[in-house]
Amino acid sequence: MFSLIGFYSLIFGLLFSFLIVFFAIKNFRDTNILDNKIISLTFFQLFFVIVSFLGLIVSFINSDFSNETVFNHSHTTKPLFYKISGTWGNHEGSLLLWLLVLTLFIFIFLLRSKDQTKQYRTLTLLFQQIIIIGFFIFIIKTSNPFNHIFPIPREGMGLNPILQDPALAIHPPILYLGYVGSSIIFSSTLAATSLDYISREWAKHIKKWVLVSWIFLTLGILLGSIWAYYELGWGGFWFWDPVENVSLMPWLALTTLFHCILVLEKRLILTSWVIILSISTFALSMCGTFLVRSGILNSVHTFANDPDRGLFILIFLFCLIFLALFIFFFFHKVQNKDANSFFWLSKETSILINNWFMMYFLSVVLIGTVYPIFLEVLSSERISVGPPFYNKLIIPLLTPFLFAMAIGPKLKWIKSNLENKLHLIIFFIISLFLSISITQNLNSGFLINTVLITSAFYLFFITLRDFVINKFKNLSQTIAHFGFSLLILSILLNNIFSTEIITNLKIGETFRSEKFNISFEKIEQQNKQNFRSITGKFNIKNSNGTNVVLNPELRIYNQPNIVTSEADIKSNIFTDKFMTMNLVQNQEYFNIRYQVKPFMIWIWISVMLISFGGIVTFFKKKYEK
Amino acid sequence: MKNKFFLVFIIVIFIVIFFIFYKGLQNSNIYTPDTNVKKNVPIFEAKLFDSSQIIKSKNLFNKNNFYLFNVWASWCIPCKDEHPFLMKLNKNKNIVLIGLNYKDSVLNAKNFLNKYNNPYEIIIQDIDGTIGIEWGAYGVPETFIINKDKIIKRIIGPLNEKSFSEIKEIIE
Repeated sequence: MFSLIGFYSLIFGLLFSFLIVFFAIKNFRDTNILDNKIISLTFFQLFFVIVSFLGLIVSFINSDFSNETVFNHSHTTKPLFYKISGTWGNHEGSLLLWLLVLTLFIFIFLLRSKDQTKQYRTLTLLFQQIIIIGFFIFIIKTSNPFNHIFPIPREGMGLNPILQDPALAIHPPILYLGYVGSSIIFSSTLAATSLDYISREWAKHIKKWVLVSWIFLTLGILLGSIWAYYELGWGGFWFWDPVENVSLMPWLALTTLFHCILVLEKRLILTSWVIILSISTFALSMCGTFLVRSGILNSVHTFANDPDRGLFILIFLFCLIFLALFIFFFFHKVQNKDANSFFWLSKETSILINNWFMMYFLSVVLIGTVYPIFLEVLSSERISVGPPFYNKLIIPLLTPFLFAMAIGPKLKWIKSNLENKLHLIIFFIISLFLSISITQNLNSGFLINTVLITSAFYLFFITLRDFVINKFKNLSQTIAHFGFSLLILSILLNNIFSTEIITNLKIGETFRSEKFNISFEKIEQQNKQNFRSITGKFNIKNSNGTNVVLNPELRIYNQPNIVTSEADIKSNIFTDKFMTMNLVQNQEYFNIRYQVKPFMIWIWISVMLISFGGIVTFFKKKYEK
Repeated sequence: MKNKFFLVFIIVIFIVIFFIFYKGLQNSNIYTPDTNVKKNVPIFEAKLFDSSQIIKSKNLFNKNNFYLFNVWASWCIPCKDEHPFLMKLNKNKNIVLIGLNYKDSVLNAKNFLNKYNNPYEIIIQDIDGTIGIEWGAYGVPETFIINKDKIIKRIIGPLNEKSFSEIKEIIE
């Protein structure tokens, strides 16, 4: 019943797309003001997509197993919260969510761009409708969430237990807001390019959209990372997994784009950068969807594998890319050449330098992610690219990047000089001493760690000083850059000072080491709604006399029958104590992994600070003098 | 002029990328490690079960005959399930059964054989699991069928009715 409503709403939504395109083209030619009819049509389209989405949610809540998607991804014993989040925890539902956000954003865009010209608004709408139509057809043709099955099964297959988690329940919607937000930037850039409207006013207007997508993307990545940390039980927060990489790439492009737009707003230069980055951000988001959804990649993320779907997204993606390239090459006019000069010491030069660094990081991640596919196709050799590749190529270049990030914001636009910059040198010396005092006892990697920590501390102190001296001027930038320095600092310290113990213990046994003793005291079993839980009680005695009790858990889910291990993490502001427990086949032993990870919580806090820096912009009337 | 060249260049690159992705879609992405089928029997030395005699692999498979090489252990529960099939194969004249006692204690293994009967003609010992590595075994139990020094079939996990009849087909 609700499935039927959902399906017909989808068809209606698609029909509205054609209506919108028709009226928009008519309107584009004939009148000077944007017809209100178009806005109402857009609203109706959004309405139908919402109805369709609600139809799917209701089918999930009612456990309506006549719907194939519900049958494949739900189960009657699942808690209500996960029944709802199961809606977007699968391929079909998540694409419906994509579509929902696409239509939602274009509607908001039309409402919020009243001060822009009619042509620009209509053209943006048209480009956005091309994307929307593509997704409508994709969903209806290859991944209809409302497929009927008969006879109706009595019970569903259940949602993959590792997806039954609060952080992961909201991770896809947040990430999608970021991904799809880039579609508005894409359409708007294409519209502005074809109308030759790449200007300061445009930069000011689109900047908000860039920031919104950027904030959501940052938070989305953070949530995914937090989830991986405590659910996957590897004790890390970033694995350079292809699916993580495809969310990082648009983020890098978007961050660069944002800085370019700041320059564009001030000086009307870097227009080609802005256009290309807008296109690549969206192309990378789509490419991410392609790589994840087609199953072309192997990854810890288990998603639907279907070559037909992959082929559709692939063709669609390349059509969009070619359209964008066509517009860029034939409509983009390079602005007056003499304005394109850069004085070596100026804010825009430092932004440009860091843009190149960002592009470098982006290409490293891109190559690491797609090279295995290329190699396999060309030579049928299979390789997997792991953390060492990324660490070796990215980490050393972070140092100049951080320095430029520290000094850049202090410089003036157009031309700057180096008077009165004594504190820059003093802070450098302080950072150097601090980092040597931290790294002096290290056995390996002394030099590289010292250099890295110095640069991170340098940015840290300089942004901290900005807080004190500038008060609320450039607050958002200071917060974001401060957050970034904190992030790098915590990652570095976390990496250097983590300890890990992996051992097999049975009940009553104690593991002894210099720093701590781990005693396995007992296990408790409990039956929960859709899983059986086995909780171990471990008492850890540290050499300094403190005691910690950790209770890692094993969950044996009934449907599908999967064992997951829930880490127990005790966090405080200095360290995280992390423990997971795993069954050893046919034995009374449990495999224990115990980690002490310093400054873990600061990684999360710093990413939140970074996105908070973005949010602050919206509460300030006048951004940056 | 320069611009046009650039455009063509980029379009060509994107078309190449498109085709590589397109080809990549056709490939199955289910990873199965190379099975040792049609490969030569690895060369190794091993201790015979319950004796100090060392035997070389080339002396083990020296005849023009079918061999069944079975990885087993007394602590392995599925090994008990496949045991009746091994006993049946033991009666067949066309095949010689060789057992690899994997990471096991001699005493437990002896008890196991006394309790369920010994299906093997020769048993070799692999206390530290190195011979298992030579063979590329996934775990216990695992069965290799060998003819003329080549592995012609491999069964991961316990034997069942299906694999049993497949083996019979091969050897008859």
